[in-house]
Amino acid sequence: MAEQKQNIVEIRHLYKSYHRGSLVVPVLYDITFDIVAGEFLALMGPSGSGKTTLLNLLAGIDKADEGSIRVGDMDITTLSETELAHWRANHVGFIFQFYNLIPVLKAIENVELPLHLTSLSKRERREHAEMALRMVGLDHRMDHYPQELSGGEQQRVAIARAIVTDPTILVADEPTGDLDRVSAEEILAMMERLNSEMGKTIIMVTHDPRAAQRAKILRHLDKGYLTDDDSQNPL
Amino acid sequence: MMILKILFRNAFHNKLRSGLTILGIAVAILAFGLLRTVISSWYAGVEAASTSRLVTRNAISIIFTLPLSYNEKIRQIEGVKTVSYGNWFGGVYIDEKNFFPNFCVEPKTYLEIYPEFVLSPAEKKAFLADRKGFVAGRKLAAKYGWKIGDGVTLKGTIYPGNWDFVLRGIYKGRDDTTDETQFYFHWDYLNETIKKASPQRADQVGFYMIAVTRPDLSADVALAVDKTFNNSLAETLTETEKAFNQGFIAMSGAIVTAIQMVSFVVIIIIMAVVANTMAMTTRERIGDYAIMKTMGFDGRDITVLIFGESLVISLTGCLTGMLLTFPAAAAFGHALETFFPIFIVSTETLYLDVLAAILIGCLAAIIPTRQAIRIGIADGLRRIG
Repeated sequence: MAEQKQNIVEIRHLYKSYHRGSLVVPVLYDITFDIVAGEFLALMGPSGSGKTTLLNLLAGIDKADEGSIRVGDMDITTLSETELAHWRANHVGFIFQFYNLIPVLKAIENVELPLHLTSLSKRERREHAEMALRMVGLDHRMDHYPQELSGGEQQRVAIARAIVTDPTILVADEPTGDLDRVSAEEILAMMERLNSEMGKTIIMVTHDPRAAQRAKILRHLDKGYLTDDDSQNPL
Repeated sequence: MMILKILFRNAFHNKLRSGLTILGIAVAILAFGLLRTVISSWYAGVEAASTSRLVTRNAISIIFTLPLSYNEKIRQIEGVKTVSYGNWFGGVYIDEKNFFPNFCVEPKTYLEIYPEFVLSPAEKKAFLADRKGFVAGRKLAAKYGWKIGDGVTLKGTIYPGNWDFVLRGIYKGRDDTTDETQFYFHWDYLNETIKKASPQRADQVGFYMIAVTRPDLSADVALAVDKTFNNSLAETLTETEKAFNQGFIAMSGAIVTAIQMVSFVVIIIIMAVVANTMAMTTRERIGDYAIMKTMGFDGRDITVLIFGESLVISLTGCLTGMLLTFPAAAAFGHALETFFPIFIVSTETLYLDVLAAILIGCLAAIIPTRQAIRIGIADGLRRIG
């Protein structure tokens, strides 16, 4: 009998709009779907379709107007700003298009940064950060500042920073959008390994079909609506 | 610890901007320190004044004299320890630009009343014995290269003619606040000389200096002195040396107020400059702060980062400015020695420097911090790239 995988994310009737002065701009309409633990999901859609907004909502960095988002056993739409900050520190790893490393910190210090919100000792933090950098193949570049690294290397440091706290979900917003083809392939292969070998749940926003091809599940958004119910990746 | 590391590195990340801001603060602190020192040296005479010394002058104005005969009457008043007297001479050495204070005094009693003018016993004896002798402060003698035994001629302005003197002693100040730029000679020399030229101006003194037996008697003695000469042709006004000196300062009160205002304006200007720097810095780092917020760092951490960076910059500038203040004050004091004989950067000025720097750092960080905290993470992330 096949093992029944548990939902790690449950999104129900989610609405979101932005306010531009007196103008209300609806972005997401009645979004409902689940993400199974250990899934690698790609959210695709044209610019302005609401992909990044949806990612921000389920990563707890923006607030929905209506609906619920349950991650693990927590409905994050009910949390206050402070509670959300604690929740993000423990449950979410972020990978951004422009890497977003702190420029004044070395690679190892960037990876260590989220661990400062945990109860780990200095030595433990260093060990965890070194291990994360080893996993992305950058242990020889740990004392380099971001500006001394290539784009691909910076994104690998960002991945190490995202996984160092062993989060429940990894969210990636156009992780290959600023990389050349070779570096983009390396990063996607690394994310694939994180998913397949370490069982990390990854939610990736992309409009690059090659990137989306690496995901197991593909979801399309258009003008704020989920446009498919087929969860299998046809790519 | 990591937050401290980030804020220190952030502070010096843009070296040119930080360097120029620090330089600006240093120059402002230097200007502030020098202006405050000018004000305190203006009041140096007041601060150095003794509470057990009284000054008696003509009640109408300092420019009118008092009879020498008052000397004996004052001496007899209860509570009076020593009485001395003197006149402002107003002589010019070679050229009017060589200004320094010069007085004729009754030398024996004057030196008793002013123990802070320290002379060697041999020099004191030589000065008292030579009617044409004079003593000069250490700084004054050094400025003109005078040595013991040198002849010096002053051109009289109030008392016309050329007046020849011989340097018999160089006094040193007992402490830092003692004026070492003054010139004292025998009142008898002046009196006897003018007796021949204009006898009606003889036996007149400009002021009496009175040492009281106990400081708490000063008020009673002052009242008794003035009462003694009530309804006389030359009524007196007696006040403590401090009040007398303050009276002089009050004449230039507007200048002191202007200097004080300028010193605070300097601080306000630099505060605006630092606030602008911090606003630019924060705008550039909005993305970094957003990233830190995504990781779970909160408003307090962002506040520490921005306030810390602002304080690091302002205090570095302050320290640089304070270090520059000492040589600058020494050079300034040396150049204007005769106008500001006591030009010392006080501890109070240094405290004010640090206080001003903390104020600059904190006020400059308030608005940028508010903006950085209030901006949503999603908005902050949108500004990257």
